[in-house]
Amino acid sequence: MSHFRSDIRQRAEELVALYPRSRSAMLPMLHLAQEQDGYLSEEGIAEVAELTGTTPAEVRGTASFYDMFHLEPVGKYVVGVCTNIACLLAGGEEFLEHASKKLGCAVGSMSEDGLFTLEETECLADCDRAPVVQVNHRYMRTTTTDAFDDMVDDLRSGKLDHDVPPHGTLIRVRRSGGLRAPRQEVADQRVAAKAARESRAEETK
Amino acid sequence: MASLDAPRIVSSRREFQDSFTLARYLETGGYVALRKALTMFPEAVAAEVDAASLLGRGGAGFPAGRKWSMLRKSPISYLVVNGDESEPATFKDHYLVERDPHQLVEGVIIASYALQVNQAFIYLRGEFALGLERVQQAVNDAYAHGALGSKIFGSDFSLDIVVHPGAGAYICGEETALIEALEGKRGFPRIKPPFFPAVTGLYGEPTVVNNVETMSNLPWIINNGGAAFAALGAGRSTGTRLFALAGRVKNPGVYEIEMVKNTFRDLIYDPKLGGGIIDDKQIKAFIPGGVSAPWFGPELLDLPLGQDEVAGEGSMLGSGSIVVMDETSCVVRATWRITKFFSRESCGQCTPCREGSGWIERAMYRLEHGGGRMEDLDLLLDLCDNIAPGLTWPPQQTTICVLGPSIPSSVHAAIKMFRDDFVAHVEHGGCPHE
Repeated sequence: MSHFRSDIRQRAEELVALYPRSRSAMLPMLHLAQEQDGYLSEEGIAEVAELTGTTPAEVRGTASFYDMFHLEPVGKYVVGVCTNIACLLAGGEEFLEHASKKLGCAVGSMSEDGLFTLEETECLADCDRAPVVQVNHRYMRTTTTDAFDDMVDDLRSGKLDHDVPPHGTLIRVRRSGGLRAPRQEVADQRVAAKAARESRAEETK
Repeated sequence: MASLDAPRIVSSRREFQDSFTLARYLETGGYVALRKALTMFPEAVAAEVDAASLLGRGGAGFPAGRKWSMLRKSPISYLVVNGDESEPATFKDHYLVERDPHQLVEGVIIASYALQVNQAFIYLRGEFALGLERVQQAVNDAYAHGALGSKIFGSDFSLDIVVHPGAGAYICGEETALIEALEGKRGFPRIKPPFFPAVTGLYGEPTVVNNVETMSNLPWIINNGGAAFAALGAGRSTGTRLFALAGRVKNPGVYEIEMVKNTFRDLIYDPKLGGGIIDDKQIKAFIPGGVSAPWFGPELLDLPLGQDEVAGEGSMLGSGSIVVMDETSCVVRATWRITKFFSRESCGQCTPCREGSGWIERAMYRLEHGGGRMEDLDLLLDLCDNIAPGLTWPPQQTTICVLGPSIPSSVHAAIKMFRDDFVAHVEHGGCPHE
């Protein structure tokens, strides 16, 4: 019995087919597991292990290395505030403090209503709009505390449901079809290309 | 005055709202270069890139053409594009993947053809949710357009591109760590030698890893010739480059300008570029190429933006990000935050980096927040010396990858340039700015 919903399971199987080795599908598939459960549940980890030909321990060991993967439940909205150098120079630390008060949760924790988790992030590569705020990895571009407060209110009221989809960075990433360069064709091309290159090199000698 | 008459090579579609769509890309000369490349011998395509003397735009600045040609003895199996852009204050690849994904995809197809590689991976950091959507859409469109898949544009060349998301780890920008992540593992950099993935890369096979901006230059180079590219800039730094300007400037942003023909002063002060310092304050220091680079003071503002020019003064142009600090900025706090970053992002494999970064961060924390001691300054320099013996530039390496030796850059520079500020922090029992 699959823990993944049928659509997630199908996307996970399609992922495996894209790589020469199934373990390579690990990171994208963990994003999918998180899209379904909001975090990496025991069951989700077990299914990723099954699909990637690894063990749950290997999956957990890999996932724990990466900041974007949550091994415990998080709020519906994961709010990231950057305090790295460019944001620091724009008041990022004070901004983070403000966010903590507004959301009612300490940095690294979840608000009581389960709506928000607040994180202090490293550089998010949007430094011309510092301090940088991401919610579920969407750039919010709220560089003033007033704009941040409005944004939080809009999140609460559901006004931003379209702009900020739930967990899962890949929720709107859809590949149209699998690999399309047939294996035999590629093998033939590689042999032919090598021979052609060698004969050209011979000619120029 | 800044020299701004060079053509825009990678940001030519900047003014278009729909610059990321196939329709706009085709209307503005898209996929013409690929058609041209497919009529050339693969070696000839590589030779154009060699003639352009295109230096890799990721951070190390290794010539892209040489990266390709030094490996020609054994056929390359995979091309991997590094879009893990995580060097603090670097945001130019972010612009390229969101605003011009087709240019990137076309560049990847051209490079794959030159290398005769039939599977390529575009690795994007996971935080680029929109970038991932846009690049995947561009790949989908390219398949539908016949620019990807079996027998591209009717040629004898087939290629698949897979867009691969990262998951939040600075270290995965290191090419062997990126390969580990692509293999579905923790992002641990691999032990060297072999120094280049071209020898042993993805799945142990010869692999070329190139940066997003490097790839994005290729359509223009094929359309206009390597010589036209090499005619821009000067010396080893040819072409234009995307500079990400951040910090205490009026107009932070990504600017494409000609290499060497412009100085740091031009970039920071020209009204069409940075526009000067916020509230017209005085500049205190600037970081010339990402936080791994040693800092410069205002006396080096007239240094040209070129790889060798910056290296000659003991730093690097690195990832092309320039961070400006002014008289209101606390350099101790800035240094502390940078060391905190390295401490958080150290993968933990090597002792000098894992232990050293945390130790430095704690000493910097107490200087900034109270409890700092005068002897902490010597302690910091001693710790730095243990990570990168001699504190030379380029640094000596005691670790598997260059993250470790990057830690001392800011600490050493800040203490050397602003010792008085550190002393003031000790005497004040914390940050006097607050």
